[in-house]
Amino acid sequence: MLEVEIDGKKLTVPGGSTVMDAANSVGAYIPHFCYHKKLSIAANCRMCLVQVEKAPKPLPACATPVTDGMKVWTHSDSAVKAQAGVMEFLLINHPLDCPICDQGGECQLQDLAVGYGKSASRYEEEKRSVVNKNLGPLISTDMTRCIHCTRCVRFTEEVAGYQELGMPGRGEHSEIMSFIGKTVNSEISGNVIDLCPVGALTSKPFRFSARTWELSRRKSVSPHDGLGSNLTVQVKDHQVKRVLPLDNESINECWLSDRDRFSYEALNSPERVTKPMIKQGGVWQQVEWTVALEYVANGLKSIVADHGVDSIAAVATPQSTLEELFLLKKLANGLGVQNTESRLRQHDASFATAGVQWLGQSIVELAESDAVVVVGSTLRKEHPLIAQRLRQAVKHGMKVAAVNPHGDDMLLRLAGEVVTRPDQLVEGLLAVLKATVEIKGATCPAHIDTSHTEITDVARGVANILAAGERASIILGNLAVQDARAAEIHAVAAALAALTGATFGVLTAGANTAGAELIGFNAAGDVFATPKKAYVLLGAEPDFDTANPVKALAAVEQAEMVVVLSSFQSCAYDYADVILPVSPFSETSGTYINMEGRPQSFNGVVRPLGDTRPAWKVFRVLGNLLGLHGFDYGTSEEVRDEALAAGVEARLNNNAVAHVHVKARAAGNGLVRLAEVPLYQSDVLSRRAPSLHATVDAQVAETLRANAATLAALGVAAGDKVKVEQGGTAELVVALDARLLDQVVRISAGHPLTRDLDSAAALQVAKA
Amino acid sequence: MLSKESLAKIDRELTKYPAEQKRSALMSALRIAQLEHGWLSNDVVEAVADYLGLPPIAAMEVATFYGMFNRQPVGKFKLTVCTNLPCALSGGADAGKYLQQKLGIGYGETTADGKFTLQEGECMGACGYAPVMLFNNHTMCNHMTPEAIDKKLAELE
Amino acid sequence: MATFAKGVVFEGVDFDDPNSWRLEEYVKRGGYAGLRRIADEKLTQDQIIAEMKLSALRGRGGAGFPTGLKWSFMPRSFPGQKYLVCNTDEGEPGTFKDLDIIWNNPHALIEGMIIGGFTMGATVGYNYIHGEVFEAYERFEEAIEEARAAGFLGANILGCGFDFQLHAHHGYGAYICGEETALLESLEGKKGQPRFKPPFPASFGLYGKPTTINNTETYASVPYIVRNGGQKFLELGKPNNGGTKLFSISGHVNRPGNYEVPLGMPFAELLELAGGMRNGKKLKAVIPGGSSAPVLPADIMMNCTMDFDSIAKAGSMLGSGAVIVMDEDTCMVRALERLSYFYFEESCGQCTPCREGTGWLYRVIHRIEHGHGRPEDLDLLLSVGANIAGRTICALGDAAVMPVQGMLKHFRSEFEYHIENKRCLVDH
Ligand SMILES: Cc1cc2nc3c(=O)[nH]c(=O)nc-3n(C[C@H](O)[C@H](O)[C@H](O)COP(=O)(O)O)c2cc1C
Ligand code: SF4
Ligand code: FES
Repeated sequence: MLEVEIDGKKLTVPGGSTVMDAANSVGAYIPHFCYHKKLSIAANCRMCLVQVEKAPKPLPACATPVTDGMKVWTHSDSAVKAQAGVMEFLLINHPLDCPICDQGGECQLQDLAVGYGKSASRYEEEKRSVVNKNLGPLISTDMTRCIHCTRCVRFTEEVAGYQELGMPGRGEHSEIMSFIGKTVNSEISGNVIDLCPVGALTSKPFRFSARTWELSRRKSVSPHDGLGSNLTVQVKDHQVKRVLPLDNESINECWLSDRDRFSYEALNSPERVTKPMIKQGGVWQQVEWTVALEYVANGLKSIVADHGVDSIAAVATPQSTLEELFLLKKLANGLGVQNTESRLRQHDASFATAGVQWLGQSIVELAESDAVVVVGSTLRKEHPLIAQRLRQAVKHGMKVAAVNPHGDDMLLRLAGEVVTRPDQLVEGLLAVLKATVEIKGATCPAHIDTSHTEITDVARGVANILAAGERASIILGNLAVQDARAAEIHAVAAALAALTGATFGVLTAGANTAGAELIGFNAAGDVFATPKKAYVLLGAEPDFDTANPVKALAAVEQAEMVVVLSSFQSCAYDYADVILPVSPFSETSGTYINMEGRPQSFNGVVRPLGDTRPAWKVFRVLGNLLGLHGFDYGTSEEVRDEALAAGVEARLNNNAVAHVHVKARAAGNGLVRLAEVPLYQSDVLSRRAPSLHATVDAQVAETLRANAATLAALGVAAGDKVKVEQGGTAELVVALDARLLDQVVRISAGHPLTRDLDSAAALQVAKA
Repeated sequence: MLSKESLAKIDRELTKYPAEQKRSALMSALRIAQLEHGWLSNDVVEAVADYLGLPPIAAMEVATFYGMFNRQPVGKFKLTVCTNLPCALSGGADAGKYLQQKLGIGYGETTADGKFTLQEGECMGACGYAPVMLFNNHTMCNHMTPEAIDKKLAELE
Repeated sequence: MATFAKGVVFEGVDFDDPNSWRLEEYVKRGGYAGLRRIADEKLTQDQIIAEMKLSALRGRGGAGFPTGLKWSFMPRSFPGQKYLVCNTDEGEPGTFKDLDIIWNNPHALIEGMIIGGFTMGATVGYNYIHGEVFEAYERFEEAIEEARAAGFLGANILGCGFDFQLHAHHGYGAYICGEETALLESLEGKKGQPRFKPPFPASFGLYGKPTTINNTETYASVPYIVRNGGQKFLELGKPNNGGTKLFSISGHVNRPGNYEVPLGMPFAELLELAGGMRNGKKLKAVIPGGSSAPVLPADIMMNCTMDFDSIAKAGSMLGSGAVIVMDEDTCMVRALERLSYFYFEESCGQCTPCREGTGWLYRVIHRIEHGHGRPEDLDLLLSVGANIAGRTICALGDAAVMPVQGMLKHFRSEFEYHIENKRCLVDH
């Protein structure tokens, strides 16, 4: 520990602290632009110059290490003079266009400049102007305002993992830009907007839509992946205008994925449904809520009466709140219906665990592991900020390995990697298991047969990493959980964990995947396998949210009654009988439970649009209409408290219900499809955010990808059109993906272009 | 984009640095690429970046930072005259003016026939031999009096 | 070629012999004897550092930092790779001595680096060579090959059990890469942007490993010291300023060139060596240590001796030993305009005061030179300069300001004349 005095205040700080760290710890504000707690130190803006005893010149607080007995003055005359000098330099070439700048009102330069008085007047030469750059659909530029702090550059390199921005040129001619003709394509690119201390990089979707001081700020929780990023939602005139991160070191730190940040566009989409509707004689009619709900209540009652309780299924997505799921289940159960289900993308209905699947530890603990093996995940796309966490941890010594049906670049240094065919993930894991058994000199669990498994070098590599880790973790991603052999994958991964003492965890796919499990919502398995007479669909779009859209659509189409609770128009017009406009996350209070088992409650940030109602209230009314008991809630908090009454922690359990027998299967040699749900098709909101759909990620999702050998074997080249037959057909453009094995074709699932494909059927690809 | 010969030269440069520090060969690689193509178009910069496994923008930063890289097409002969003070005291600036007048172009310009590009240079570390002129980046010409300039230009005709 | 060859770096070099630079010739004139002495007498690292300290060799790159002391900073017990780097990026206007060294006597540098590598336990060295001297770079690569073939580079050199590899790295036109940490960044294949110090290269240098960086002339002086002992080197110069030093003399003299002379030689004598003033003109001013050093008027200069301490006392710096001589017809406004343009163009652009301030300085001086100066401009220049100096990441900021301060200190009236009369005080 070192002793230091800041502005007369004595304190002790750990060795290695900078003056900035020390000042921060006592709340002494030192002006700065380039310094950022999550980025490397550049010390280039020179705004943080402070006076240090015995130093002949002012020193930058951000880069100066504290020495024992150091005395620092952050606001002495000499410090302020140095800071004011820097401020003058920053302003001489700045356009000073605050009145038309989107950053106006939240600009560090503006705020600080005011404090140092207007001093640009001594510069009478011509000001520099810098051409704007096209960084893609999300980030808007006004480069003349740039102060060269390089935060954005360092972010892409250090946090996003691949340098997409740079500062070409020299001296005064240097400019921040992407490579000519390239956009910034990181899935977490939007963070540069927050990082930019001036108005050089601003949000393109938000551009000019409001002045920052007109916006009120409300807290919320991201409704997409299982991380549960904390949000600051900015609102004007009852509309969500912008979404920013709310710092939470233990969850999203100060970051957001682009999906977290820009999906809000969907909230204001013209596709919103705002009136209850009933289809009568094939014609949709807007009706009052009372009419609609009575229709629903009567309909459900008569289906139960006519066909029995098993003829109805209530289906929800894991983006539904805990309260909604709890009441929907209560309602269904009240009618005697047990079929409630939210694991819609799971191909393997046999896969179930004894408790709530979760990360097995906190997110922070995961990041503190010394070895992590990721199984079956397109991590950067499924869980962008988990990938970011691991990337940082790798710099501090964590070893990350992957067992995946693709070799996607995680933009971190992988210590080991097993790439398999999508139908051979189990075999990939078996090889690692067998190698681990060998390394540990242990015996393989009886329910797993590795006698036909060969240990490969890469498998041994992964096994070594696991075996050497003192705090190792094995985590299953969406591809693993949704795999047709998920139960086997789970069994082998769990055995590996048991053998090595690693923590075994699941990266929960949706914002409330864990919440649905907690309240036992998932009771039906494949609800579309045997079509029901009636479906209640909460937020679920059968054509996108399900493992097999063809089957799911067929099921709802044949049903006698389909009740759709949704915020959006969709093809439900074709198959539904009632459409009830319910609130998206921004218009209701609710709770999500994230992958670490943490419930996070939030309030609505805007009032429901039109006649939209929060779904939990709809269920409350329906419950009463149906004459069921226990639907007299005054607030959503009462619902939540009831849902969480038994606590969460005790229910977290990744163990399989029973041992699943695993045995290697011979690899097929035909074409096989890697069907992943693309980043911006994951849920109803991201599906409808136009700016996200203009990104490269969204464009890539529209293609059929394969490696060069596979393309050659198919007789096609990148850019060609192909016809895919798998149950139904799809026409896709071909792209090269060198990181796949031979015979693997990567075709998006949950995508409009591929909704006619049946992932279980035989696959054929031919040049169109 | 890059010839076999260029790639072989780049490979030789790579041997100078630790295997995981390929980026160290970037400057040489760009120099070699420029030798082949005359200037560094975006495509060439990207090809070099790809070959070394670097983000293209990282190569662009380097290609635009160092003054001897040509980011625009240049003439067959690029003449760079040092006009910095020590040289100027011994005729450096005058040599530059003489060249401008002889070639009929200003600094940073290329003759209409695409033969000559004239550039104003910074100190080349040869001030004692002023006026100095760098020919095509790699050959230093000392004592460039008007007569010496005439002679050199005649050689190049 | 007007190189006065009486000193340690060019000892015995025959400038008229086109092969004098080759290994064979170097060995004939006593080359690699220093290295052999280490092998034969089993000199220890500590012994060599002691000799270096005794020699009072001060860095020839500009800052004049005692080399022996610098060498002692390298962590001796560091377990991993350590690096040795030579700075042949000379781009400081007025300096052209290192070019002559790698052109005429490359093996002195190579031997010096091998000795440095042995002394500091660094097994890999790089010589970063200025972009514009490509032919010298190629020759240096050839010299490396000679040394390698002769077993002076490689594994187990002279049977000492010590390995050393040396490579040349070619710059491509950026003055800032002469700054040692910018040089390291450049060597890593990045823009040459200086690093904030601390950490210093001795703890975090090339690729983050402990690294020592010295100037070409510094290394080239090392074989002499090891061969003849530090005391002998020290005696060549004067206390605290050991040895002979190369002075690059440019400007209005009859015989510009490099002169290797004992430190402490009176300036008048050096001027004489360079053939005196061209065309019999009167001496007006001298920039005694490269363009970054403040200018000194003739009368002060004529009373100086050429060593670090004397020039510092006179209010300037010996720097790299680049002596820019200006006669009575030189317009100081125009001279400063050209220098300011240089710093403006060469600022790397990362830190605010230098990126924004060098352009401001240049533009104001440019305005004055072109008849648009204002009376308040001179104070503005000093004030802007004060906001740059001492507030930047590297010393380029200071280097850009010192010429301005020097000129305004000694020749302010000439600037005032320019502003008032919109023309030069001198005819030129
Ligand atoms: C802007 C700037 C330019 C420099 N240029 C050179 C140079 O061209 N050659 C050189 O040897 N040192 C140069 N230096 C000094 C180096 O940073 C460093 O101090 C030197 O190489 C150390 O070697 P020495 O101790 O042997 O002098 C420069 C410093 C600055 C700030
Ligand atoms: S002082 Fe100038 S050259 Fe040095 S780091 Fe700052 S901007 Fe770059
Ligand atoms: S915050 Fe310290 S220099 Fe920018």
